[in-house]
Amino acid sequence: MAFESLSEKLQKTIKKLRGQTRVTEKDVKSFMREIRLALLEADVNYKVVKDFIANVSEKAVGQEVIQSLSPGQQIVKIINDELTELLGSKESILDLSKTPPNVIILCGLQGSGKTTASGKLALHLKKQGKNPLLVACDLYRPAAVKQLEVLGGQIGVNVYQEGTDANPVNIAKNALKQALRGLNDIVIIDTAGRLQIDEELMVELEEIKKATNPSEILLVVDAMTGQDAANVAKTFNDRLDITGIILSKLDSDTRGGAALSVKAVTSKPVKFSSVGEKMNDFEIFYPDRMADRILGMGDVLTLIDKAMEAIDLEKAEELEKKMRKQQFTLDDFLEQMQQVKKMGGISSILGLLPGVAGKINEEDIDEKKLVKTEAIIRSMTLKERRDPSILNASRRKRIAQGSGTTVQDVNRVIKDFENIKRMMKMMQGAGKKGFGKMRLPF
Amino acid sequence: MSFFDKLKSGLKKTKESFMGKIDAVLASFGKVDEELFESLEDVLISSDFGVPTTERIMDSLRERVKADRVTDAEVVKAYLQEEIAKLLEGESAKGLDLDATPVVITVIGVNGVGKTTSVGKMAHLYKKSGKKVLLAAGDTFRAAAIDQLVIWAKRADVDIIKQKEGSDPSSVLFDACQAAIARNVDVLICDTAGRLHNKKNLMDELAKMARVVEKEMPHARKEVFLVLDSTTGQNAVNQAKAFKDVANITGIILTKLDGTSKGGIIVSICADLGIPVRLVGVGEGIHDLQTFNAKDYVKALFE
Ligand SMILES: Nc1nc2c(ncn2[C@@H]2O[C@H](COP(=O)(O)OP(=O)(O)O)[C@@H](O)[C@H]2O)c(=O)[nH]1
Ligand SMILES: [Mg+2]
Repeated sequence: MAFESLSEKLQKTIKKLRGQTRVTEKDVKSFMREIRLALLEADVNYKVVKDFIANVSEKAVGQEVIQSLSPGQQIVKIINDELTELLGSKESILDLSKTPPNVIILCGLQGSGKTTASGKLALHLKKQGKNPLLVACDLYRPAAVKQLEVLGGQIGVNVYQEGTDANPVNIAKNALKQALRGLNDIVIIDTAGRLQIDEELMVELEEIKKATNPSEILLVVDAMTGQDAANVAKTFNDRLDITGIILSKLDSDTRGGAALSVKAVTSKPVKFSSVGEKMNDFEIFYPDRMADRILGMGDVLTLIDKAMEAIDLEKAEELEKKMRKQQFTLDDFLEQMQQVKKMGGISSILGLLPGVAGKINEEDIDEKKLVKTEAIIRSMTLKERRDPSILNASRRKRIAQGSGTTVQDVNRVIKDFENIKRMMKMMQGAGKKGFGKMRLPF
Repeated sequence: MSFFDKLKSGLKKTKESFMGKIDAVLASFGKVDEELFESLEDVLISSDFGVPTTERIMDSLRERVKADRVTDAEVVKAYLQEEIAKLLEGESAKGLDLDATPVVITVIGVNGVGKTTSVGKMAHLYKKSGKKVLLAAGDTFRAAAIDQLVIWAKRADVDIIKQKEGSDPSSVLFDACQAAIARNVDVLICDTAGRLHNKKNLMDELAKMARVVEKEMPHARKEVFLVLDSTTGQNAVNQAKAFKDVANITGIILTKLDGTSKGGIIVSICADLGIPVRLVGVGEGIHDLQTFNAKDYVKALFE
């Protein structure tokens, strides 16, 4: 899947750039090619991608590299920061400060999830102590009114409806009167799905808006929408001046680039995400999490941060020196393992790596194996740790007994160690500075 | 109205923006140069063709243009059209086979793509051609989904088998099969609940439903239509792959082509997964279902 390839490519580029002190135009270019692909694969509108790339490139070129980061890591950080900023730096809430009842209109294309989102939003507000009224203004799709009534029943929220022969604008007006009578402080209007090019139905929405003076007009956008999300959102926003977006079906495996497109073309925040078919599956939208998802980099940044915190730079440098002199010993192996533990264990680190989460077998990253390895090395004498070549059969047997493991276990550890040593030798040419920052002993 | 005219009018908005872009590109680039290719590439990307398929099309386009030493941008456009059609043409066009009955049709897909609507439209087509049609309300999950299908059954003037909300969909299908046999029905069309392709238990449920149908009506022809929303982007590929894993998909219904989206992702799905597009939805009305034809589809895009 494209997912892995991006992070792989990025990691490769990160490695290549290690040791530079300044981010050059060439670095940025090669990075941006991958980022562009990733964004397009995530369905971000191609024009939005163009602007984004131009913007980030400008910011990145010529940047002095922060001491603790490699240039590659730094570019990733800039990209992530920009993406988060574009999506909205922090979550935004509903503005329900008008004299009650505050009206919220939900609108969007057919099948985007408006009715479900209406119910979820009502429950969300009810939990906050509000007393919402749901209004059935989708008279077009068969049984949409019934659907809203069923949902209202499930969550214990009243539904105002006049069947399917009435006029949606009138229903909305009457619902307001009903809300005053019923002491509802919030009115949520579910509208029929419509194409943004359907003039008649767009006028209907404008009229509902005029008749109800809404506090919020939320556009419901399917998170799996492709390039057209930008056009759709732009037209709805031009016509209605929407106040925010609900991103639906985010529980799918979509990368959800539509979130970025709609935000970029409307400048309106995504306020909620709808993440399942149950009425509880509704969340406040967190832009920073979405940035990670769209780029498909897992939590590379968190990993970078964690690595920075946990790994003692001095020790890392010392290790690097040793490695260069081919003096990497089992002691150092142990040391590196300790650092991994500080970072929360192998599985937690692997879980942060893009493409890895969910991909590897639990057994492959058996933490118990780590514990065993540690015990085995601790059962060796200092001499043995420094020079494993002296480990003959009787020594191995002793170590196995001492550590409560088997000779096979001991053999495996030694083999692992030799492998790592060989790998390190191979990688030596690659980087001069900062060995140990990102490299982990597995 | 001929198929082509209908599809064309359905695709009108799609076509306008698509062709508008192509023509703008061609107008600004009389000559064939790298910029022309890049702009054409943008057009494909913006139509949800996706990067890999776009690159594949552009690569063969470049090759041909180079080999033939094309200097006229108009010719490049014709070539581009051919390249896209080529990828879609692997599968011959066929809509609903109205004669090969008895048949059990099941529609599957993610939430809100237009499954129930398509069931209603197909019921109408069969009914019109004189077949005895029965619907099965297999979406027992979504609120009022059964009522929705009941309304469609009325519109198409066909019978429907249903249970109450929350019941086991396989059991509904079992009932429907029994009824279909007892009533000598030609066409049984089963609606199913929308499900996201990454939810394993729901996907397994589909396989179970298929087993029931196979067991109860072994002699009937089976069709499984995956319904895809043309506004969907690259995720449609994931959908197609996942549904293909659990169901014997015999075709795709591409819906909502009356909007501004192009549904370009079907080119990848057709070419890479070998699932043909059979029908297209071009509106919410009962008549708004058309047989898909690759040549006409591309032609309508480029006309
Ligand atoms: N414009 C348009 N809307 C459609 C089309 N097909 C279905 N819809 C609408 O999409 C929405 C969801 O359809 P529905 O059949 O309930 O989807 P399901 O959840 O997959 O069963 C409804 O509002 C339909 O009227 C189509 O071809 N064009
Ligand atoms: Mg349905």
